[in-house]
Amino acid sequence: MTPPLSIEVSNVTVAYPNGLTALSDATFTLKQGTIAALVGVNGSGKSTLFKAIMGFVQPVSGSIRLAGDTVKESRKHKLVAYVPQSEEVDWTFPVSVWDVVMMGRYGHMNFLRIPSAEDKRMVRESLARVGMTDFQERQIGELSGGQKKRVFLARALAQNGQIILLDEPFTGVDVTTEEAIIELLRALRDEGRIILVSTHNLGSVPEFCDQVVLVNRTVLAAGPLEEVFTEDNLSRAFGGVLRQFHFESSTIQDHDGKTVKLLTDDERPLVFGKDGHLEYKDRSEREELVKQREKIEDGRVNDE
Amino acid sequence: MNWLTPLQYPFMVEALLISVLIGSVCAVLSCYLVLKGWSLMGDAISHAVLPGIVIAYMLGLPLAVGAFAAGLFCAMATGWIKACTRIKEDTVMGIVFTGMFAFGLVLFTKVQTDAHLNHILFGNILGIERADLLQTIIAAVITLSVVLIMRKDLMLFCFDPAHARAIGLNTTLMHYVLLSLLSGTIVASMQAVGILLVVAMLVTPGCTARLLTDRFDRMLMIATASSVLASCLGVYVSFFINGTTGACIVLAQTLLFLLAFATSKWRTRSV
Repeated sequence: MTPPLSIEVSNVTVAYPNGLTALSDATFTLKQGTIAALVGVNGSGKSTLFKAIMGFVQPVSGSIRLAGDTVKESRKHKLVAYVPQSEEVDWTFPVSVWDVVMMGRYGHMNFLRIPSAEDKRMVRESLARVGMTDFQERQIGELSGGQKKRVFLARALAQNGQIILLDEPFTGVDVTTEEAIIELLRALRDEGRIILVSTHNLGSVPEFCDQVVLVNRTVLAAGPLEEVFTEDNLSRAFGGVLRQFHFESSTIQDHDGKTVKLLTDDERPLVFGKDGHLEYKDRSEREELVKQREKIEDGRVNDE
Repeated sequence: MNWLTPLQYPFMVEALLISVLIGSVCAVLSCYLVLKGWSLMGDAISHAVLPGIVIAYMLGLPLAVGAFAAGLFCAMATGWIKACTRIKEDTVMGIVFTGMFAFGLVLFTKVQTDAHLNHILFGNILGIERADLLQTIIAAVITLSVVLIMRKDLMLFCFDPAHARAIGLNTTLMHYVLLSLLSGTIVASMQAVGILLVVAMLVTPGCTARLLTDRFDRMLMIATASSVLASCLGVYVSFFINGTTGACIVLAQTLLFLLAFATSKWRTRSV
């Protein structure tokens, strides 16, 4: 029997040949069936951590285990799939959507890379899952931002990657598509996969992640969203980089009916409630939590 | 003299056949170079083979071996210096290949050879010697077969090296395979167009095809067709106008590129 899926990063230190230590003593564990956010500023070591998990850089100390195997051993099972950042892809490259998704099957083919019936079936299925079947003949540059993301997600599915690494999946993606992608990621989580999402877009994290790994040259905190994603931890991870806007009581008067509308141009805002609890836009799957908070609130009112 | 006259000369028939072979090797590889953005690398390696050729001559080795080694040396030296300094790759390349080319020129004047510098620099497809012909054919056949066998892996390597690595391809090895293929192609086409114009053979067919299609397999086919056509046309025309064959081939390549450019312009306008 294969051991259950997991990512175990223990005491990992990564240094580059030019002497820069990108990550020191990083430790965290992810169990199967999770969507985890890897959160930190640019240059905090997010991509180094990705590279270490994919085996592109060798840690100088510490170890990484994927489902119990070393990174090298796990490569045989094509366990890890990577969805690149949009900026990393040459969108003018002469390949179609179908071609790109088929690349996910290369690892499963012989050295001539001639697709079998099974390979084609997997590609068709993956395309259907991300809703891109109608676009399979398009050249990849002719797609919208969200469609581009979905193509590479389909490639990860075609690869049958159980650990899926996504690099900044929501940059250049409109909100509707973002929700569609989140829906898909949840479905993948429910199949038992581990989804690790690197992002600096704080607001989207509470909407779809259940675990958070906060990095700044090391792992500052890792664990369930509610415990790790606090104002305190975030200010440690981001320092003075975050802009803050307090809705003081003077802003929210009774004549507003306790409603304030918050608009941002692109990224989702991260909103904390009165006691520092997270505010969610999407409350599905969180009905329990909301009830619980109401109870606490009621208790307080009664005390007064 | 009519339009069939060239075919009455064995050396012309031979030159045409050789140009078909060289044309296809260059075309196939040019697709990868264009997409990988390695045009300057092609230029650099082609210049850098000169000292290798002279040294091979001094040691009595096949010239192709010396050229191949020097080409790879240029690429590796560039990579190594770039990794150790803050200088950008294209700059390092400019220094390395001009240095090697100049060294080759100096070496050439100091060493007595019966090779003609002009033939190395500008090619001599009509007067190609038996031994050189064999080297050209071997280099071309090996290079072409390796590219065709590895064409999908090489394509993935050019498109998305990170994914290639994630599914277990050795991308460092691929890098050197592509470099070796490039050197091999330069060795093969040296006889036809010479090391100064080789870069045209290595870039133009791929660009021509790129303008006409946005699918990789079609790009390979169009590039091959245009390159073979241009090579034959160049050899054929040079017979009549008594011009340098290598230059005629490159001119034909350029002409086809301009045609493709005009076509793509006209196409986007009519859409």
